[in-house]
Amino acid sequence: MGSVSEFFQHFLNGLTLGGIYALIALGYTMVYGILKFINFAHGDILMVGAYIGLFVFDFLRGSTPLGPWWFFAFLLAMICSMVACGLLGMFIEKIAYKPLRKATRLAPLLSAIGVSFVLSNTAAWVFGTQSRKLEYPFDNTPIVIGSGLNGVSVTPHQILVLCASAVMMIVLKLFVDKTRMGKAMRATSLDQDTSKLMGIKSDHVISLTFAIGSALAACGGMLIALDFKVYATMGTMVGLKAFVAAVVGGIGNISGAMLGGLLLGLLETFGVAVLGIPQGYKDAIAFGVLILILLFKPDGLLGKNEKEKV
Amino acid sequence: MVNFFLLILIYTGIYSLMAIGQNVITGYAGMLSLCQAGFFAIGSYVTAILCVDCGWNFFATLPIAALLSALVGVLIGLPTLRLKGDYLAIATLGLGEIIRNVINNWDSLTNGPMGIQRIPKPSILGITINPYNKLGYLLMVVIFVLVFYLILKRLADSRMGRALEAIREDEIAAGSMGINVTKYKVFSFAIGAACAGVAGSLQTCFSLSVTPGTYTFMVSVMVLCMVVLGGMGNFKASILGAFLIQLISYFPQLVGLSNAFPAQVKQILFGLILIVMMIYRPQGIMGRSRRTYRWAGGKTKDSRFLARLAEKLKPGKSKEASK
Repeated sequence: MGSVSEFFQHFLNGLTLGGIYALIALGYTMVYGILKFINFAHGDILMVGAYIGLFVFDFLRGSTPLGPWWFFAFLLAMICSMVACGLLGMFIEKIAYKPLRKATRLAPLLSAIGVSFVLSNTAAWVFGTQSRKLEYPFDNTPIVIGSGLNGVSVTPHQILVLCASAVMMIVLKLFVDKTRMGKAMRATSLDQDTSKLMGIKSDHVISLTFAIGSALAACGGMLIALDFKVYATMGTMVGLKAFVAAVVGGIGNISGAMLGGLLLGLLETFGVAVLGIPQGYKDAIAFGVLILILLFKPDGLLGKNEKEKV
Repeated sequence: MVNFFLLILIYTGIYSLMAIGQNVITGYAGMLSLCQAGFFAIGSYVTAILCVDCGWNFFATLPIAALLSALVGVLIGLPTLRLKGDYLAIATLGLGEIIRNVINNWDSLTNGPMGIQRIPKPSILGITINPYNKLGYLLMVVIFVLVFYLILKRLADSRMGRALEAIREDEIAAGSMGINVTKYKVFSFAIGAACAGVAGSLQTCFSLSVTPGTYTFMVSVMVLCMVVLGGMGNFKASILGAFLIQLISYFPQLVGLSNAFPAQVKQILFGLILIVMMIYRPQGIMGRSRRTYRWAGGKTKDSRFLARLAEKLKPGKSKEASK
């Protein structure tokens, strides 16, 4: 670790990774905020999103050569995949979670694990176990800013990830803070029964929450798929880490999920690059951070401390 | 096919050990832990390393495997068990992943992703237990399950079991009644871990090789499902759950249809069962075994009086029925 440019390089890499984590963490945090349960199937929705995006993109670009059309097709594919996953999320909520609203806390969690099994294994069955590649919709040669040893290289993929996650997060934040529906969401997460009394249709709000969370996961899934491969269990590890990010930021808190995601991405990158933690232990970093945060600040960085009432 | 059924029973036995351990943690103490795979891995690797590198007898490694798993359970339990519900689930999940991660990367000790092969067959009193002789091996596993079942059943019926149930129902109330909540929680965690450690040892000497790929998060989830499927807080139910899940897992092979059903189908089925079960019968197949109190019998005057009183004061069939 020497020069400033190296620092910026790692910072940029960490930020990109963190942006994706943050997008996925938002889905976890929104669902937890309202229903108080961990949606274990979220990572698998991400995988479904990546597959749908892959197929739509491959269909749209056909055999055309790389060009502006590819990028346009990619955006269209992303919209398709987000809509499809939004619907899937609502459907899953209706089938597997809604009947369990009044059940014990363990029931929806296990039901979610069941959904996760069904999704990932159906994908492995239908699409096969070999991994597929989502082509870059643009020329992904790094752009070097600065010169020689002081240069920082930025790939167009990184720019796309940063832009996409920034746009999504800002839109979501505005939606939740400024719109009527957003207000209903906040009210439902605060107190479901009281908000019902105030005339809020909490079932609609919950459906919408699942739709938005799943759509964001689909977007995150496609962004990941560009750098890694698409396969049936691609969502598991990313999903777990995104959940860690949500907890680190303070679960149920939307800004917290963003902060936690970015922080986790940066920590992972710097942990490997600067602290010299072997690459193999990369996954352990996330969970180590999680345990430390839970021990010293169990409500997360931005979470409110709620004292248990007797 | 008989051979295959024996295989299912052996795996049922190994997983039963883990499941009854999980039942102490989740069914009795009410803590949602997702770490059994980690302890399972520790037990497996302790046995594998001691047998191969140090030339120990399998049976000598068993206590070490159980103790080391329990020790790790205590070490990580002390700080994390303060966490509640879902947070505890995630923290323990993280710990399980860390254990696997360390095993995967600690090449000098665990041989990394390659795992350890050629583990010697266990022998006791001059008899070599050959894992290929499934009946003999099954017998050994059954003995282990029985011993652990009896120990844990006795424990659960003791002061400790009642303390754990009190903690599960209401931690704060239990604490104010003078139950040392932390002590009992850590204790139950250690017992659960030790069970999984022994299960790991048995797994090692059955498969005669260990690789880190065996000990994924999926194993923890499977074990939790066994406990929930059978019925929480009921050791017999955990064993039943273990059997059912192993049966579902190997059903296509058992009836010789493994070509018609790809491996994924059973997992899909498994997921569906879990969802349907949660919706229609969340208490599991057998449900919780309810603690009932019997009077000591009509030996003394006092006890006869108490028995009559109890008959009179019985909470009424109406109340019982409404539950």
